[in-house]
Amino acid sequence: MSERVELLLQLADDELVLGWRNSEWTGIAPFLEEDVAFSSIAQNEIGHARALYELVARELGTDADAVAFDRPPEQYRSAPLVELRRLEWALTIARHWLYETADAVRLEALQASDDAELAGIAAKMAREEAYHRIHADMWLDRLLASDEGRPRLEEALDELWPYALGVLDDELRAEFVRRVEARLGRSQPDVDPVGRDRHEAELAELLDEMTSVRRSAPTGARW
Amino acid sequence: MTVVYEVFRRERAGAAMQHAGSVAAPDARFAEIYAREQYGRRGESEALWLVPRDAVHQVAEFVDEFDLKYRRVDGYSIKERLKEARELAAKKAARSRDAFPAGDHRR
Amino acid sequence: MEHADARTADFLAHVQSGGLVETGDWMPDEYRRRLTKFVEMHANSELMGVLPERDWILRAPTLQRKLALTAKIQDEVGHAQLLYRVVEDLGKPRDACLDDLIEGRSKFHNVFHYPTQSWGDVGVIAWLVDAAAIISQKALLKCSYAPYARIMRKICWEESFHILHGRDVVLTLVTGTQEQRELVQEALDRWWEPLMMFHGNPIPAEEDPMVHWRIKSQANEEARQQFLEGYVPQVLELGLALPDPRLRRRDDGVWAYTEPDWERLLAVVSGHGPASAERLAFRRLSRAEVEWVARTVLAEAA
Repeated sequence: MSERVELLLQLADDELVLGWRNSEWTGIAPFLEEDVAFSSIAQNEIGHARALYELVARELGTDADAVAFDRPPEQYRSAPLVELRRLEWALTIARHWLYETADAVRLEALQASDDAELAGIAAKMAREEAYHRIHADMWLDRLLASDEGRPRLEEALDELWPYALGVLDDELRAEFVRRVEARLGRSQPDVDPVGRDRHEAELAELLDEMTSVRRSAPTGARW
Repeated sequence: MTVVYEVFRRERAGAAMQHAGSVAAPDARFAEIYAREQYGRRGESEALWLVPRDAVHQVAEFVDEFDLKYRRVDGYSIKERLKEARELAAKKAARSRDAFPAGDHRR
Repeated sequence: MEHADARTADFLAHVQSGGLVETGDWMPDEYRRRLTKFVEMHANSELMGVLPERDWILRAPTLQRKLALTAKIQDEVGHAQLLYRVVEDLGKPRDACLDDLIEGRSKFHNVFHYPTQSWGDVGVIAWLVDAAAIISQKALLKCSYAPYARIMRKICWEESFHILHGRDVVLTLVTGTQEQRELVQEALDRWWEPLMMFHGNPIPAEEDPMVHWRIKSQANEEARQQFLEGYVPQVLELGLALPDPRLRRRDDGVWAYTEPDWERLLAVVSGHGPASAERLAFRRLSRAEVEWVARTVLAEAA
């Protein structure tokens, strides 16, 4: 796989998996309005994944759905942060905010890339994700301002911190840490990142279910 | 407690703001996000106004006891008199033609 | 139906001649009570409809299907939100509605009590259940309570793509492999009876209190006939079979069918459908988990 495909798959797989994690709140979010909000965020993410998979598909001579769904688990490049299954609100908001912050750093770098096609897609993604950040920021502020919410959120941020560090590589990670520390008004623990070299156990389970219908017909069947 | 916001939307450029419904939210920041979702996620609105329900001042009773309908279109019924006027004009034109048979009936 | 006082009689004459009612208007207790319950049941149904479908977002076999299904289900949650808003303006707060729903004290539509078993279900539900729903919803555009009627317009507009999405899924399956065709047929076999019950028992319009108050403007049987007239031919033309040997269009244009078991419908709607307990428990769990969120958010705004 080319370096470009590797990078594209990292982004696309992050968005595909996180897209489901956000959709997991469908029907059971604290407020119906949050079902709807996370559902829009999820659709944006799947839309991003699709655009990125299409670029990969062109390079590999296949189609976006095949790239998205027909690989074995070890060929996925998603970050452990998005793979964690956490149906708990503080952890959800913590992950949402951490991911969007990291993603902003990543997309800014990509927009400056020589690869015009990638830079173009990154710009479009960044415009949509601005709204994700508005949502995440609102919840961050709300929970931090609350006696009951603050300890829960801080605990969640601490738990997810090593995973958050694993979203970006060394080059971009420092900027991510700087932004998080500036926003939270404190320095973050210096821990080892949980990187992309390994996957959470949840991923294999998720991919198995995600591809169960698709695998019930021969490759190339239309759905 | 949550605040109810009335939501107005403009469907396309040049259109008036129209009442679209309401959202209940803890505050304006939440209300904006929720209204965007409910009234704009399909790109169906150009702009939204959010107004706390308390701020809306309803005016609903209008009286016209003495039938001042001269100032409305339905206060005029010209059908009968128009018919009469047209018939009169036609008769007049017919009399002119009898008096001046050679074509030029313009006076 | 007789009404004790003149004010109620005037109100009734007003709605029966096509007059509309807005939120702050005076309304008879009986009207408010019936209307609230009706809209609440509609809201409950939209919300409970989400649960049988949501797992298929994960399992959707293409990215386009994943997106379409996510958007469809999102619409349903959005509709629940709008409808609970109406109920709230009529006097019952959303939390009370959700508590009643989770504790099994209130009702929701029959179809959402059944389990979904395959991708075939996804197509059949999006196509035919939504088609049945849109027939009722179009009739509700004439509801005497204007805030509800206005929401029906938005709902009808949003749901227009649901049916197309569902039909597209079904068409793709019936033109696919033998197994894919069987998937649809099998789903249809299971969903046909709930669909036949969807519009409710054939109470005549004159005896239906909902019609009396012009909350509904269409009798249940009329809605069902409209559904059969529109959709049976569309199903049959795909080479699919319907599991009712008595289903046929008579010479007078009326569809004959095997009478559904209305007793069973009542039991299902009152919370005893095959998947009801599990679904309600699912929402009960999530309520407990997020009560702290509600406290956090609402306290701050005070």
